[in-house]
Amino acid sequence: MTSLDMWTYGVVGATFALYIGIAIWARAGSTGEFYVAGGGVHPVANGMATGADWMSAASFLSMAGIIAFNGYGGSVFLMGWTGGYVLLALLLAPYLRKFGKFTVPEFIGDRYYSQSARIVAVICLILASITYVIGQMKGIGVAFSRFLEVPYDTGLYIGMGIVAIYAVLGGMKGITYTQIAQYVVMIFAYTVPAVFISLNLTGNPLPQLGLGSEYIQNGVATGMSLLDKLDQVVTDLGFKEYTTQTMGNSLNMFAYTLSLMIGTAGLPHVIIRFFTVPKVRDARYSAGWALVFIALLYTTAPAVGAMARLNLMDTIQIGPIGSTEGNLLYDERPDWFKKWEETGLLQFEDKNGDGRIQYYNDADPTFTEMAESYGWAGNEMVKVDRDIMVLANPEIANLPAWVIALVVAGGLAAALSTAAGLLLAISSAISHDLLKGVMMPQISEKNELMAGRVSMLVAILVAGYLGLNPPGFAAGTVAIAFGLAAASLFPALMMGIFATRMNKAGAVAGMIAGITVTLLYVFQHKGIFFIPGTAFLMPEMGMGEDWFFGISPNAFGAVGAVVNFTVAIIVAKLTAPPPEHIQHLVEDVRIPRGAGEATGH
Amino acid sequence: MTPEKRAAYWRANLRLLVVLLTIWFVVSYGFGIILVEPLNAISLGGYKLGFWFAQQGSIYTFVVLIFVYAANMNRLDKKFDVGEE
Repeated sequence: MTSLDMWTYGVVGATFALYIGIAIWARAGSTGEFYVAGGGVHPVANGMATGADWMSAASFLSMAGIIAFNGYGGSVFLMGWTGGYVLLALLLAPYLRKFGKFTVPEFIGDRYYSQSARIVAVICLILASITYVIGQMKGIGVAFSRFLEVPYDTGLYIGMGIVAIYAVLGGMKGITYTQIAQYVVMIFAYTVPAVFISLNLTGNPLPQLGLGSEYIQNGVATGMSLLDKLDQVVTDLGFKEYTTQTMGNSLNMFAYTLSLMIGTAGLPHVIIRFFTVPKVRDARYSAGWALVFIALLYTTAPAVGAMARLNLMDTIQIGPIGSTEGNLLYDERPDWFKKWEETGLLQFEDKNGDGRIQYYNDADPTFTEMAESYGWAGNEMVKVDRDIMVLANPEIANLPAWVIALVVAGGLAAALSTAAGLLLAISSAISHDLLKGVMMPQISEKNELMAGRVSMLVAILVAGYLGLNPPGFAAGTVAIAFGLAAASLFPALMMGIFATRMNKAGAVAGMIAGITVTLLYVFQHKGIFFIPGTAFLMPEMGMGEDWFFGISPNAFGAVGAVVNFTVAIIVAKLTAPPPEHIQHLVEDVRIPRGAGEATGH
Repeated sequence: MTPEKRAAYWRANLRLLVVLLTIWFVVSYGFGIILVEPLNAISLGGYKLGFWFAQQGSIYTFVVLIFVYAANMNRLDKKFDVGEE
């Protein structure tokens, strides 16, 4: 066993022991503790837990890589996944906290005086949350298999076991305190390598400032800012300019950002975190604290992305472009390069047989002509997986083994914390909304608590099964989960608070229309229920790829939300207004006074 | 509490929302997407300004917006006497 292995097992083992310790200490004794942690969580502590709940394996492992290869285009994730908190804080969280119930579908059921509205909300919640949880389960399996040389499925079983212990025993209470611990692990793991890399490349320890500072190459000041240098390095090799390359057209970026923002505000596992604080005013501040903790990672990520990209380019293109010595000899490649080749995340193919690595954009015709004149025969880095931008970062920067171990533990913390939050949202929708709310209203609290634990266990098993047999679409699913939440739950919640006139028929029609339109557009591009070969794009009828004004399926949730609002408002106008006691309910939700602890009754 | 007072509290709340959400929109969709090209002509440190708003500035603004909202709502709760204490 190498010292890196020892560190990795040690750090990961220690964090797991900590999570189990918290689970034993924070057992839930009542449904109130199981669903909302007893409602007594401090707003700052809840903010931290929300940060971990929110930042998934995708944020931790993939986002910096997505930004590294999409440059400015990656901004949709940065703005989308943070700006949603403004909507959540201003439009939903305080009011839903005042309403004071355990779940999101429960608000929809009561506000729209309808069991069917509640059931539609449960279905939308489960669709969005399951799509999301598959990605987390995969993240757990991948982290284990890459770092601990444990097979993917064994890793997944260990992860499921850990979540089962603290989520089944502690419910929201156990999840809250483990998420706080997981946030701390995660943020250290993310920022420590970033600080060292920023110091290396710019002399500035703050990555947020380093990204805009002067670039220092091998100890020599270049007189250029890091971003300008990166723009130059990538465009010289035929890639798009980093700071201006976009993701689709402007309208697509607009819709993508909007879809992620609305989805963020409408995702139930985040909303229910705000049911755990004591008061309405706490819910408002807690959303602010959550965003502070999230912003620590989200403002670091663009620096990690840009710096990792520059490091990668400079590692391979060591001298002037076109000169023989300008390209790294394959035999002289660094150790981290070899290590990631073994995992298949980096792949090199010596197309022109010169023993050197050429990494450039061979899809760019102008540059390809020049490349041919240098004797290059195509881009030889045939695979550069975006996830290595975070995973390999500490090694690229020559950081010690314990930092690498910390990154592994951080990735696992990110995946576990988000998975647990999602599983709680799913299981509470089943035990509280379906079982207690619809099927067995007379169930005793003790039995409901037991039902909550059982549905948690079942949800973990289902998520584990989907993690082991991921449907083909799993990689791109996270953004779709946001689209589904944006198109279904957010509009129903917002109109429930801001539109007194919104009624049962309007809300139900809106949710169904919004989620249907979004799913149809996604299915049309990616296959019906993602089954390969069943996509039904019709280019001859003007319905080719991204046919709706160039908007991609991932960004379509924004359109779904607009459809939801429109359909709901029209239907509500044509049908009877809600009964008087509902209008009183809305008025009551709008003022903070009288908020008690969250209850299930 | 009178219906008029309730309505006045709600209107004050909505006014605050309109101001804050306008800023929310302008820093992200406005500066970060729609106006990104003209703003990129200006530089802030080593950043192009439009790029900075899209990857840094908008996020800092979002954080400030939520705390400004929370503080102002507390003030309104006191003024209209609808707070929790």
